[in-house]
Amino acid sequence: MASSTALRGRRVKRQLRTSPWLFAAPGLLITGAFILYPFVSTVVNSFTDRRTLIPGRFVGLANFRELLHDDMFWTGLRNSTLYVLGVVPALVVLPLLLALLVQKNIPGIAFFRSVFYTPVVASVVVVGLIWVWLLDERGLVNSLLETVGVGRVGFLSDQWLLLLSAMAVTVWKGLGYYMIIYLAALANVERELHEAAAVDGAGAVRRFLTVTVPAVRSTMVLVGALSSVAAFKVFSEVYLMAGPSGGPAGEDTTLVMLVQRTGTGLTGRVGYASALSVVVFAVTVALMLLVLRADRREES
Amino acid sequence: MSVLEKAPSRRRPAAATAREPRAGLRDEHGRRIRAWELVLRYVLLLAVLALTAGPFLWQLSTSLKGPTEDIFSSPPKFLPGHPTLHNYERVSATIPVWDYALNSLKVATANVVTNCAGSALAGYALARLRYRGRAAATLTFVLAMLVPVEGIVIAQFTTMRELGLNNTLVAVVLPGSIGAMNVLLMRNAFRNLPYEIEEAAYVDGANVWQRFLRIALPSVKGTLAVVAIFSFMGAWDDFLWPLIVLSDPSRFTLTIGLNYLHGTFAGDERLVAAGTVIAVAPLIALFACLQRYFFRGVGEGAVKG
Repeated sequence: MASSTALRGRRVKRQLRTSPWLFAAPGLLITGAFILYPFVSTVVNSFTDRRTLIPGRFVGLANFRELLHDDMFWTGLRNSTLYVLGVVPALVVLPLLLALLVQKNIPGIAFFRSVFYTPVVASVVVVGLIWVWLLDERGLVNSLLETVGVGRVGFLSDQWLLLLSAMAVTVWKGLGYYMIIYLAALANVERELHEAAAVDGAGAVRRFLTVTVPAVRSTMVLVGALSSVAAFKVFSEVYLMAGPSGGPAGEDTTLVMLVQRTGTGLTGRVGYASALSVVVFAVTVALMLLVLRADRREES
Repeated sequence: MSVLEKAPSRRRPAAATAREPRAGLRDEHGRRIRAWELVLRYVLLLAVLALTAGPFLWQLSTSLKGPTEDIFSSPPKFLPGHPTLHNYERVSATIPVWDYALNSLKVATANVVTNCAGSALAGYALARLRYRGRAAATLTFVLAMLVPVEGIVIAQFTTMRELGLNNTLVAVVLPGSIGAMNVLLMRNAFRNLPYEIEEAAYVDGANVWQRFLRIALPSVKGTLAVVAIFSFMGAWDDFLWPLIVLSDPSRFTLTIGLNYLHGTFAGDERLVAAGTVIAVAPLIALFACLQRYFFRGVGEGAVKG
């Protein structure tokens, strides 16, 4: 790098002053106009009563005070939080077990790995509709349950079963993705450690807990962080399975569904939806910090 | 990222030893796998296979069942008695599904082109060019990557209204057209290239564009392929943003069209099933051909994200 500095000619110097900005300009422009500006404008709008067709006035904290008395907001916050609590443990543990299952290079394993990844590739809309049909009152799952004598279950009509089913679909769709992340981490686990533990007479479960888990612990934290942020922002699965209005009496509405419902359309309350969005930002940041802090505490 | 690519190559010697006579199957540590363990593994693998592939196959089977065939039977009938494409004809008679597919293809292709070009250019500037403000530019992309898209869709929507782009496919593409994460991925790829090659070209009088196009870019083709594939998949699968920005049914993409189909003809399972198969088949085909890059992208994205 030092030698290139010595080689700089005057012409090149001039070129170097303008061209970097030309190179970066499209990216900076798009990012500024469609990510950072909307972010700032969301925060600003949250202090106004702006509507889709009506420019807003500054109303101070009125939107946030309204939030506190809005039952739908608390429903949304509850459901999005429950989603994190339900989905994250499953997505931290199950893909790790799956990765251990596909790690050994036995015949046909590449085929299994690919098929396990397929739900990741499919659109969440496709996945959602596939499961709406599977979990239908007269769908395949209920046919099977009836055949084995359990009887039919209203997966998509009960408020709590609906939320639980949506969580299961999120986990089903995410398994393959996190499996690949764990596979990369497992490739780095020292095989000597496993052998030493085996010689010491540790069984498979003991070896998993004392060798594998500590070795992939930082990956587990990463998966926890990624999946908890994604789970809190859940929209599509619940929207498709419970319907746009969020299931019976709207009781399955998530926070992002509420943002979408409140802020869009010709009568959309942009100001209030922005205040809801600010809550989404705040919780997202808090979740990240929480996971990272838990990681650091465990380390020390 | 590189860890992922190392993984299979590390196992290759183990696979080679497995072919030796009487050696039996060995795991990646070179230990023999016992027969009962092997059986247990395949049983579990097949169980997970049924769970992951089963729902797709059931959807395919439903879409191929004719109007007279019972799709609600208990115990269920897994194979269609008289497979027919009737439901696919019905989908295209009900909604302009091929127009929607074309819209999705347009959006996805545009997303690939803009992301590849934009993130390669910006990534190169961040990695290789020395200029004042580079740290600030890098920080801009890092911050943008951390912004949760779900929280800004309403403001993006009002921004599009102000630009008069609402309800157009351009508006669907624009916000994600140069993803911050792709820029940072490309930046890392360029940074990992040895500097000496470009230095030699520099001495030979090659200017910035020539160095970028002829030397740097061909060396990061792998990462560029990852960016391309994930841009295509992201645009093809996206739901929330097109749902918000598109209101005119003639401009719908496939995912929004499917949502409409489901909302209007929810009781017609064969019809919805045929629609979902149309939407998912191209991506599964793409995945089958380019698996390597899909897996590699997960590793790179996770390291960054």
